[in-house]
Amino acid sequence: MTAFSLTINGAKRTVDVAPDTPLLWVLRDSLDMTGTKFGCGMAQCGACTVHLDGVATRSCVLPVSVVMGKKITTIEGLSADRSHALQKAWIAEDVPQCGYCQSGQLMSAAALLAKSPHPTDGEIDSAMAGNICRCGTYQRIRKAIHRAAQEG
Amino acid sequence: MTPLNRRDFVKVAGAVGATLLIPIQAGKGVRRDVEPGKTDDWFPSPYLEIAPSGQITVWVHKTEMGQGVRTSLPMLIAEELDADWKTIRIEQALAHSKYGSQGTGGSSSVRSSWKPLRKAGAQARQMLLAAAAAQLGVAKESLTTKDGVVIHPGSGKTVRYGALVAEAAKLPIPDDPPLKDPKEFRLLGRRVLRIDTPEKTDGSARFGLDTRVPGMLRAVVVRPPTFGAKLTSFDGAKASALLGVRKVFRMESGVAVVADTTWNAITGARAVVAEWDLGASVVTSSSNLEDQFREVTPGTGVVGKKEGDAPAALAKAAKRVEAIYQVPYLAHATMEPQNCAAHVTADQCEVWAPTQNSQAAQNVAAQVTGLPKESVIVHTTLLGGGFGRRLEQDYVKEAVQIAKDVGAPVQVVWTREDDMRHDFYRPTTFNRFKAGLDPQGNAVAWTHCIVGPSILAKRGALREGKDPSMVEGAANIPYAIPNLLVEFCQSDAPATLGFWRSVGSSQNAFVTEGFVDELAVAAGRDALEFRRSLLTNHPRHLAVLNLAAEKAGWGTPLPKGWGRGIAVAESFGSFVAEVAEVSVENWKPRVHRVVCVADCGQYANLDTLEAQLEGGIVFGLSAALHGAITLERGAVVQSNFHDYPVLRMNEMPKIEIHVVPSTEPPGGAGEPGVPPIAPAVANAIFAATGRRVRKLPIRQVS
Repeated sequence: MTAFSLTINGAKRTVDVAPDTPLLWVLRDSLDMTGTKFGCGMAQCGACTVHLDGVATRSCVLPVSVVMGKKITTIEGLSADRSHALQKAWIAEDVPQCGYCQSGQLMSAAALLAKSPHPTDGEIDSAMAGNICRCGTYQRIRKAIHRAAQEG
Repeated sequence: MTPLNRRDFVKVAGAVGATLLIPIQAGKGVRRDVEPGKTDDWFPSPYLEIAPSGQITVWVHKTEMGQGVRTSLPMLIAEELDADWKTIRIEQALAHSKYGSQGTGGSSSVRSSWKPLRKAGAQARQMLLAAAAAQLGVAKESLTTKDGVVIHPGSGKTVRYGALVAEAAKLPIPDDPPLKDPKEFRLLGRRVLRIDTPEKTDGSARFGLDTRVPGMLRAVVVRPPTFGAKLTSFDGAKASALLGVRKVFRMESGVAVVADTTWNAITGARAVVAEWDLGASVVTSSSNLEDQFREVTPGTGVVGKKEGDAPAALAKAAKRVEAIYQVPYLAHATMEPQNCAAHVTADQCEVWAPTQNSQAAQNVAAQVTGLPKESVIVHTTLLGGGFGRRLEQDYVKEAVQIAKDVGAPVQVVWTREDDMRHDFYRPTTFNRFKAGLDPQGNAVAWTHCIVGPSILAKRGALREGKDPSMVEGAANIPYAIPNLLVEFCQSDAPATLGFWRSVGSSQNAFVTEGFVDELAVAAGRDALEFRRSLLTNHPRHLAVLNLAAEKAGWGTPLPKGWGRGIAVAESFGSFVAEVAEVSVENWKPRVHRVVCVADCGQYANLDTLEAQLEGGIVFGLSAALHGAITLERGAVVQSNFHDYPVLRMNEMPKIEIHVVPSTEPPGGAGEPGVPPIAPAVANAIFAATGRRVRKLPIRQVS
């Protein structure tokens, strides 16, 4: 076991885990931050997406040992009160079905909007292609991203 | 029959449709500390609780897996109760026989609740009216209700529901309260924002894997590599020495590794060395399975449907058409891998299960622990997808077995690889078709021989020697063909089988709607017109088919290299037609647009119904374009989303949903969108290329 000091959603957190532990399991099991989801364990589905210094990153294959000193943002830190433009758009468009993938979808979309405030459909395709939704909410996700871009 | 009048559709859609989005969010807040019998609240039915404060709680007895029951079921009650929708809260009901069946599958939740839940709301309303009449000293008939208030229009006096709870609770429950005429509905049939959406945007929604119980350990199981493999020995020494690993032991489904965290359990499981007797399934691979199916002689199966004398009519036909259609095994691949948490003590078992059937979970836990059912508490969590996978209780059994052995709360976690390789798969089938046309190009004979393993036989649950699920979508094709023979020839194979979103119709709509298209071509007729001519006895099929063609612009020009395909299917009491526009470039298909017209009878929430149809199309497209589980020497080849790809955002077509108004009884919503999409796409590929797709998935047109 090794102690790691992390900056998550602006707060300092210390965890004592094996260095190869993926950030996903540190969040979910050590810190009980369960908004970030386990889907595949090999960066194929995007359910575990968080921001690492603002970049959408799959936390299921990211050893905790490499994230020290980086700014980690999870779904719990996207806003304090569901006030992020994307969260408001997700609610307005009633995007989620089962909802399991939506934390990851929102984090990928948030990273996209931060980089490209008015994304084209092509940019949405590229930024969101790493996030699987088995319920098939892609059309509403696209609509909600455009809405968030418009309403800011 | 005349096709659905377009103006009628627009008129009704205008009345209850897009313009009337109900802009309110029902009150959210799940209390876990209140149970019936322990409060001053009034429980006029097991589904409904009204507090003296006026707070209304609906106990949702079905499982929420994305299909929206945590909103649609409360809508049924709130409608007849005339409750203020903004004040409705929901609680997930524990498993209990007082709710009737809590099994959530077969697109049945709204259908089976349509009357009982409306009745529950209406009963409570009648009792509130009687209590108010007594309190105000007026005739019950002189009172009305609206938004949680009883109103006496004569005097202008009002009484809140909450203030009537104590008195209403003393009154007899009316057996047969009047239900509203659908024309009076204020909620049902409209677009209502889902109660559970906000919590799904900030990570606070709790799924099965998010269950946290004090002192809870995690378990990962080392599973058999082939179907039917038996553990002969294992060496857990290396695993036991790893960080956080608490216990490594043999159990029914393999070797359980229990640790303090999920990652430590996963790491521990990887370190287990297990020896297996691979069993008889090692002789089976997908390639020789196809040979096995091919050798089955048509005419030797169980008849699913017989009309006239198809073989004789075939022999006399002016033109004969034959084809073989094949579909693979499919995995459910829910986004949330299987999991379950359990805590077993001497006199109680508590289970937190993402299950589509909490009562079945309760039964399984009672069997494993030997406890009476009443001592098994099953909490149904949110499900990260169900699609039929979570009708099974294997993960529940496992969690209870492990928790019982360990003596502490344990959450069993399946890796994606576990989930992909230990599913209950949609069966693979091999289909032989023969059909005959008369000299005028009319279909006069149709024989369809389905060969494959049987879902029900696999679980020893045949109904009078039959498996209706294997012929659904084939035995009930709507076309007026005078001589028809549909049969199922059971041909066993090792893989475990289960119910996959839309079940038999998922494969049978593809094969039958593809072959009907071939008949149209053989008859020299347009695919739409040919179907129309055979739908004389099926007005609901015909109506959705016609409207889908109209909305899609059937017959209008498309860019070069594009094609349009159409298909129609009935499943779970709903009628759905879909038109796909597909281009093929370098032999790769791309679906650009899907028009879907659905007649689902009456429905609860229009917005969720549309979402379910859209989701069904995406689910079906994943299967049509990508999905295949194959066997190699008794083992599943695929393991994760890299080799079991599903549709992603960059492949997403534009989907247009049109729900037709109906006064028919409610039909299903979750599944009926799936069946028509694969044949619509395959038929579009034929239109684009002249190549007929007879085998799924369509990774490449050849």
